Amino acid sequence: MSTVTSMLRKLALLFRRGQFGQELDEEMAFHQEQMERELREQGKTREEARYAAMRTFGNTERMRERSHDAIGFSMETVAQDVRFSLRQMKRNPGFAVTAVLVLTMGIAASTAIFGFVDAALIRPLPYAQPSQLVVLYETTTMGKRYHLSYLDYLDWKRENTVFQSIDLYTPSGFTLKTPDGLQAVTGSGVTAGFFRELGVVPAIGRDFRPVDDQASAPRTVLLSYSTWQTRYGGRKDVLGQTVVLDGNPNEIVGVLPQSFHFAPAEPAEFWTTARASDQCEKMRGCKNFFGVARLKPGVSFQAAFADIQTIAEQLAREYPDANQNRGAYMMALTEVIVGDTRPILLALLGGAALLLLIAAVNVASLLLVRSESRRREMAVRGALGASPVRLVRQFVTEGLTLVAVASVLGLAAACGVMQLPVLLIPKDMLAKMPYIEGLGLNLHIVLFVCGVFLATGAIFSLIPALRHFPGDLREALTSGGRSFAGVAWRRLGANLVVVELTVAMVLLAGAGLLGKSFYRLLHSAIGLEPDHLATLQVSAEGLAYAKDAQQIQLQREIQEKVSQMPGVQSVAFTDSLPLGDGDGAKNYWVVGRPYHGEQNEVLDRDVSYGYFSTIEAPLLRGRSFREDEDESMPLVAVINQQMAQRYFPGENPLRQQIYGQGDEKHHIEIVGVVNDIQEGQLDAAPGPAVYLPFRQHPSNGFAVVVRTRQDADAMLSLMTAAVHGIDPGLATYDPITMQQRIHDSPATYLHRSSAYLVGGFAALALMLGIIGLYGVVSYSVSQRTREIGVRMALGAERATVHRMVLREAARLTLVGLAAGIVCAIGAAALMRSLLFGVQPWDLATLAGVSAVLGSFALLASYLPARRAARVNPADALRAE
Amino acid sequence: MPGTLDMLILMTLTRAPLHGYAIAQSIKRISDDVLTVEEGSLYPALQRLLLQGWVKAEWRRTDTNRRARFYTLTAAGKKRLGLEVSQFRQVVAAIGRVLEDVEEAG
Repeated sequence: MSTVTSMLRKLALLFRRGQFGQELDEEMAFHQEQMERELREQGKTREEARYAAMRTFGNTERMRERSHDAIGFSMETVAQDVRFSLRQMKRNPGFAVTAVLVLTMGIAASTAIFGFVDAALIRPLPYAQPSQLVVLYETTTMGKRYHLSYLDYLDWKRENTVFQSIDLYTPSGFTLKTPDGLQAVTGSGVTAGFFRELGVVPAIGRDFRPVDDQASAPRTVLLSYSTWQTRYGGRKDVLGQTVVLDGNPNEIVGVLPQSFHFAPAEPAEFWTTARASDQCEKMRGCKNFFGVARLKPGVSFQAAFADIQTIAEQLAREYPDANQNRGAYMMALTEVIVGDTRPILLALLGGAALLLLIAAVNVASLLLVRSESRRREMAVRGALGASPVRLVRQFVTEGLTLVAVASVLGLAAACGVMQLPVLLIPKDMLAKMPYIEGLGLNLHIVLFVCGVFLATGAIFSLIPALRHFPGDLREALTSGGRSFAGVAWRRLGANLVVVELTVAMVLLAGAGLLGKSFYRLLHSAIGLEPDHLATLQVSAEGLAYAKDAQQIQLQREIQEKVSQMPGVQSVAFTDSLPLGDGDGAKNYWVVGRPYHGEQNEVLDRDVSYGYFSTIEAPLLRGRSFREDEDESMPLVAVINQQMAQRYFPGENPLRQQIYGQGDEKHHIEIVGVVNDIQEGQLDAAPGPAVYLPFRQHPSNGFAVVVRTRQDADAMLSLMTAAVHGIDPGLATYDPITMQQRIHDSPATYLHRSSAYLVGGFAALALMLGIIGLYGVVSYSVSQRTREIGVRMALGAERATVHRMVLREAARLTLVGLAAGIVCAIGAAALMRSLLFGVQPWDLATLAGVSAVLGSFALLASYLPARRAARVNPADALRAE
Repeated sequence: MPGTLDMLILMTLTRAPLHGYAIAQSIKRISDDVLTVEEGSLYPALQRLLLQGWVKAEWRRTDTNRRARFYTLTAAGKKRLGLEVSQFRQVVAAIGRVLEDVEEAG
């Protein structure tokens, strides 16, 4: 008989399971009846006959199971086991939820971090043979990664024997002519062979032709994929259209593929040709480019490096004016793109793996605790005829079911977590990490989760299965399980828990300190009211705005137009917004004081009248600028408090005169003192600053600051439209609210991301530590049930037992806490640069964190302690 | 011996269709109580034979008007029985020779 037909019969039966069971039952009942009848005919009583029949007939359950085995698929019993496991979980939801939660966290954390590792380190860069690509720099006395000039490039290209090709790129920006006026956009200039060298083919259209970067060639441009989508709606007819960049018409010849990125030159919306026609390209001293080259097959990195170093030495000798002290430097492109992130990512991955291991061991110890209580269940099932293999398989299935549920949840959670960096990291930084874009579910990640599933599944299934190997069922029924393995496990578990609690304590303290720093940072005095402030930068290029009067007139027009917009309270201008890089300093000296060559660098800001009231910076003394204060009036200045304290300690700064470096003839009178405004990053120390009226120091680039009564966000596009309404030729950029500016600033990002990251790990570590403690204490209680029974039988009070268990937990917790505090202070001292307004030994944080950990630990040990105290001595002793 | 039970069941069914109890009784009676079929093995074995297609089953009334499942030998079953019987004879003969050999030596 062929196995195929037998298989088909099995399949047919699969859909008639109910009927099959019924028929089998009926058949067996009939059999028993016949037996009974025969026994009665032999003279037995009805009762006797029935018992005799039952005895002869034997274990109906086992018979049924074996009949099922005969007709069933082996898969089917697996399904039965899974169903049974799910029933077990339902019956004991606390255990199931805890185990699944712990595993989910471990799996989610490691999967999410693996996602980053995969994106940054494993997935190949989107170029042909990326390992052959290198980036070329010139070294200077200041460092290694500096620009080279176009003429150097031509020489390197001609002299080298090691590269298939060399090309150039230079990150730059353009002004783009749009129907709404000029707009500042990002872009890069590259030599014509750049994309061919990388092995990148445009998604539509064509690449630059080799002659496209010649001085006489018509200007052409390639679009990045996202620019094509957002600015041109992904239409095919963009090819052949003209875009005006920096006033030059460029023909769009192609669109780069979606997967393309080139981090060193990102962000770049428009890719144009770097051409030899520009002035800079004709001077060897005008260093403006980076090189990218492809090694010839078989040429090693070192050989290539040595070759260009020799060329650079020659050039330095030949052109000492431009190239003295300049050498060549070379790095693999992969290294340039992901080099910085590799150690961080690998450290994180290591941490996550450790976390996952701890999670797995924790859940394994929980499984063990539970299997202790199921010792008898197993023995009974064995006695009732469950085969040993089947019992082991039941354990394995339970472990695997847990891990499977956790894997699915963990994968889903990881996908969610992976979206976080896109939200948390400011756009500018994200552009330098283009590989993070499109981070999400992919085959590598699914395979990783499968691997984790198998590894954890193996740990889980084996531990309880070995512990309960049903080969010695009778032993299991009789012995109390006080095996060597049990004791060893307890010791290992206890040590592990101390380590877990220590780690949790360190991370919690770190998270506490970082959180406090972040809070302090956001609530630090910035000297202005950021709510309802909208800002926009304006740049007025060209002859129409070359003169001071024209610049002042432009500002007047913008002020009038924006003031009329609904909801606008006041409008002001500054040449440099607060919370910036804190740069732009100049030496100022006080008139009438002897000068001994000292440096008196103070920040120098040109702001309009009404600026201080618009940003709500309180004036401490004197007055602010007047509207009519222009060149025709005496020069005036407002200084900040820092400057007043540093230059005029114990003096009245008002009516004092100062002068700037290189401008000794023009004395400036101080008319007011303003409270310190944070011009630099949130975590920067406040420094002295001088504010001068814009109309006495006009310029063609400034920021518009608007205080509104309504949502500042809604104001941004209206402001841009208003400026372009005055002159479409004005370039506008960075429309942003002050709140967003604070949110996006590098200091905020640094503190926020570190607080979130450490906080996330701390939460996981706390959870794991507590569950580990619970597992170990519970296991020890379950192992000591008999001992506890004996103690109670001998007269120990419930409270004593309670205390005994709690004492064990408290000992572990205290050791963990103490070690944790010491390590936490050490760790905090190491990350001092991340702390703001908090000391590493901040008592409140340490106390708070200890209290949190302590109370969670108490809770975790209270439950098993209560269970121990409830042990009924009679039961405990009989259970043996 | 493995497979022997299947053969015995098939053999009892050569005469007439029987239900499970009757199969067990029949084997016991014919073998003069030497061979007893464990109920625990009988029904799983019957399911196996059904799956292989060597027997057919149908519900019928017994003489006492009780519903019971009667098993009938199929053509494939007859063929199978022939094969098993000849194999069994070979094995028994072989064992017999071994026993004789051992007895002579003893």
